[in-house]
Amino acid sequence: MCLGLPGKLVEISEDKTFGIVDIAGTKREVSLMILPEDVELGDYVMVHVGFAISKMDEAQAEETLKAIMEYYDGDDIEIQG
Amino acid sequence: MEMISKFRDKDIVKRLLDNIYKESKADKIYNIMEVCGTHTMSVSRFGIRGLLPKNIRLISGPGCPVCVTAQGEIDMIFDLLKHNDVIVAVYGDLMKVPGSDGRNLLELKAEGKDIRVVISPLDVLKLKNEQKKDIVFVSIGFETTNPATAGLIDTIVSQNLNGFYVLMLNKTMPEIIDVLLDDNELDVDGFLCPGHVSVITGESLYLPIIKRDKAAVITGFEPVDILYSVLEIIRQINSKNFYIKNNYGRVVNSLGNEKANKLVDKYFELADSMWRGIGVIKNSGLKIRKQYKYLDASERFGLRPSDKSEIDGCKCGEVLKGKILPNMCGLFGLACSPENPVGPCMVSSEGACAAYYKYEI
Repeated sequence: MCLGLPGKLVEISEDKTFGIVDIAGTKREVSLMILPEDVELGDYVMVHVGFAISKMDEAQAEETLKAIMEYYDGDDIEIQG
Repeated sequence: MEMISKFRDKDIVKRLLDNIYKESKADKIYNIMEVCGTHTMSVSRFGIRGLLPKNIRLISGPGCPVCVTAQGEIDMIFDLLKHNDVIVAVYGDLMKVPGSDGRNLLELKAEGKDIRVVISPLDVLKLKNEQKKDIVFVSIGFETTNPATAGLIDTIVSQNLNGFYVLMLNKTMPEIIDVLLDDNELDVDGFLCPGHVSVITGESLYLPIIKRDKAAVITGFEPVDILYSVLEIIRQINSKNFYIKNNYGRVVNSLGNEKANKLVDKYFELADSMWRGIGVIKNSGLKIRKQYKYLDASERFGLRPSDKSEIDGCKCGEVLKGKILPNMCGLFGLACSPENPVGPCMVSSEGACAAYYKYEI
């Protein structure tokens, strides 16, 4: 019920209230009504029951991974993307 | 998506596990509750329990909205269908949840009742309705889902649409967190906090947890997310230095989603709500505000929940409070399975019993 799926915005309506997201190859209409951030085509949003609830932040993802790497007290590793 | 694949990277998983084994003290039991049903599913699906040292216990909590909805509230949907010729729109998770008489919505649909499955509240507005019947959307969910129902109501109100009603069974997290923290029988040292609830609420929801000297770590749903947060909780417990940590920064803003919260606030107010196996918890649910009451299905169709908390013999309530593991219920895997579920914890795609049955036996 709180399942969220990351989708890539491939269309945005003129009034910016709706968009079309591509979720793993499936296209679906999504409401942008409660999305607090401005978005552009190509941005990833977290989609829950047909609503975009948050814009996904690639830089933050990198930060988290970097923090995990710093946690580790063994050899450095290269993350293969 | 590259951002996701890195959070499934087996090298990082292995290294996190190394640290977890190194840093957890062998003579100490670490009890960690995952509050969210999607976490429960992830933990089971990725086999995380089996990867962790035996003294680190992951306990499933009351984080599946369909599961925590008391039987008396579920029965309102059946009452509605019994006495009214309406279209009832539900999330798919509800279709197999039995009513008190043991039958479920799938069976009622087969008998001709007009029940439709939607994946978004807004889909309700597009349902085929040639006979112009009243349409009732059954709204179930926590903070993540509550704004979507507010979005539906906002659309109905702003476009002046007729014939749509909402049966509000929504719940909120702060009060159930207090109930868990006040439960002397429940021994939990740290919480994996729900990632998508936090998108809406922000971090402040978890202040009561750290005030009780327990760890609170906001966590995503990939294996690396979960293991990284387990390690963080172990560190906080070992150092006795407790603070809210957001390990899901790629999705969760620490202040939450103000736009969503404003919309929820516009249409809903707090109300007492009944939880499966727990009973009524004050101000733990939402009801439609007075000026929009004409959209409330319980008013329109005279629906009241009975005081029935759960189905006889079903131990969902104990499972939801983290008191027993699913396989400690006498019905588990015998009288109760996903094909023939007795209780909602076995029905829901996020239920702890369903997760155990599917991945852990």
